[in-house]
Amino acid sequence: MLIPCPHCGTRPVEEFTFLGDASVTRPTSNDPASMEQWYDYVYLRANPRGRFAEFAHHSGGCRAWLVVTRNTETHEVYGAVTARDYARAKGAKA
Amino acid sequence: MRYNVFSLLRNSLSGHKNWQPAWREPEPKTEYDVVIVGGGGHGLATAYYLAKEHGLTNVAVLEKGWLGSGNIGRNTTIIRSNYMLPGNNPFYEWSMKLWENLEQDFNFNAMVSQRGVLNLCHTDAQRDAFARRGNAMRIDGVDAELLDREAVREMYPFFDYDNARFPIKGGLLQRRGGTVRHDAVAWGYARGADSRGVDIIQHCEVKGIRIENGKVLGVDTNKGFIRCKKLGLATAGNSSETAAMAGMKLPIESHVLQAFVSEGLKPYIDGVVTFGAGHFYVSQSDKGGLVFGGDIDSYNSYARRGNLPMVEHVVEAGVAMIPSLARVRVLRSWGGIMDMSMDGSPIIDKTHIQGLYLNAGWCYGGFKATPASGWCFAHTIAKDEPHKLNAA
Repeated sequence: MLIPCPHCGTRPVEEFTFLGDASVTRPTSNDPASMEQWYDYVYLRANPRGRFAEFAHHSGGCRAWLVVTRNTETHEVYGAVTARDYARAKGAKA
Repeated sequence: MRYNVFSLLRNSLSGHKNWQPAWREPEPKTEYDVVIVGGGGHGLATAYYLAKEHGLTNVAVLEKGWLGSGNIGRNTTIIRSNYMLPGNNPFYEWSMKLWENLEQDFNFNAMVSQRGVLNLCHTDAQRDAFARRGNAMRIDGVDAELLDREAVREMYPFFDYDNARFPIKGGLLQRRGGTVRHDAVAWGYARGADSRGVDIIQHCEVKGIRIENGKVLGVDTNKGFIRCKKLGLATAGNSSETAAMAGMKLPIESHVLQAFVSEGLKPYIDGVVTFGAGHFYVSQSDKGGLVFGGDIDSYNSYARRGNLPMVEHVVEAGVAMIPSLARVRVLRSWGGIMDMSMDGSPIIDKTHIQGLYLNAGWCYGGFKATPASGWCFAHTIAKDEPHKLNAA
């Protein structure tokens, strides 16, 4: 797999460290009442077959956090944006 | 037909023309007491123990591909029970005991070979951790021997003991661990279940799960609707998708794990050995190929193939441990899809839906667990409560 890093250009997959699903939202509260949200955030995953957006750290390159959109069945990579841009776009939609 | 020396003689005299198929190929009935989704090792073992231990024979196993086409045929065939924590050890040791009697039990040669599993350690701290693990195993009645460097050298003189970065300091040996012919496990369980009346239906893909008032009604398949009183899901690798049909979201991600086999060599490594400074484990098959594997590819995947960087990484770890591997050629590699659970623990349990049971989340350790997983899942389904070996 080749990942198009917005800073470094197209780089091989071994330069990246994957964190997983980018669609989960970290709860902002430590209130015990929010434990259900924490449970969802830490454990539950949609785990889709097909199009999937995931956090990737360019640990062997510019060290930026990215969100890579990829197909989990074919390994086709659709694109990559910085995690900041992804979060802003997500915030704009919400 | 029972396999024994007389049936072998009789059939060899008649030119091997009269062997019967090991299992039938039935069309699905309209209703079953229990339907198991997934005709792999765990699903077939579940059906076998449902019939054998609980007398439930109105059972169907639905498999979307052919029998044993998933991870039961995509692993590195290692069995062991060298776990440390109280919740793990009794379960995996029960699995080991079932392995030890499996062939007599289901009258099929699964080539269970207790050739020993040796975990190497490379630092003093790791040796201390292995001593602790070995003691924990022995408390649970599992065999464990802590070997020093010279004892390991006696077994495997060709390892790199003086590797500058990962010198071998010793190892933890479980002599009862070993390997099993993985396909034969699926075939043996299938034959045993089938002969007790279980219908094994291949190329039958489940498209949906019907639930009414919190109770399972049956499954929609490409061969029509099949009604059932109880439904067990044993579809590791695809658990998130099957569970989603029942409206459940699981704590699981699917990842690809690669495995490899080398060209055939003369007898070289007579046990199973694991590298302690990275992910690498190797044994030699009876055909002579070295069967080895390493770490998962570390990104979500449903593709049954991995990427080349992990191939390189695994082979590097292997060569660090056994320099003479450098000249061995890799014959083929393949990938299997692992149910990676978020806390590393498997799931064998009831669900909030009446009559729906789940067997999932085996991470990269499902093969060795096959007999105990089937045994515990069968108990959970038959009694509608988990056995103490699989209760959370």
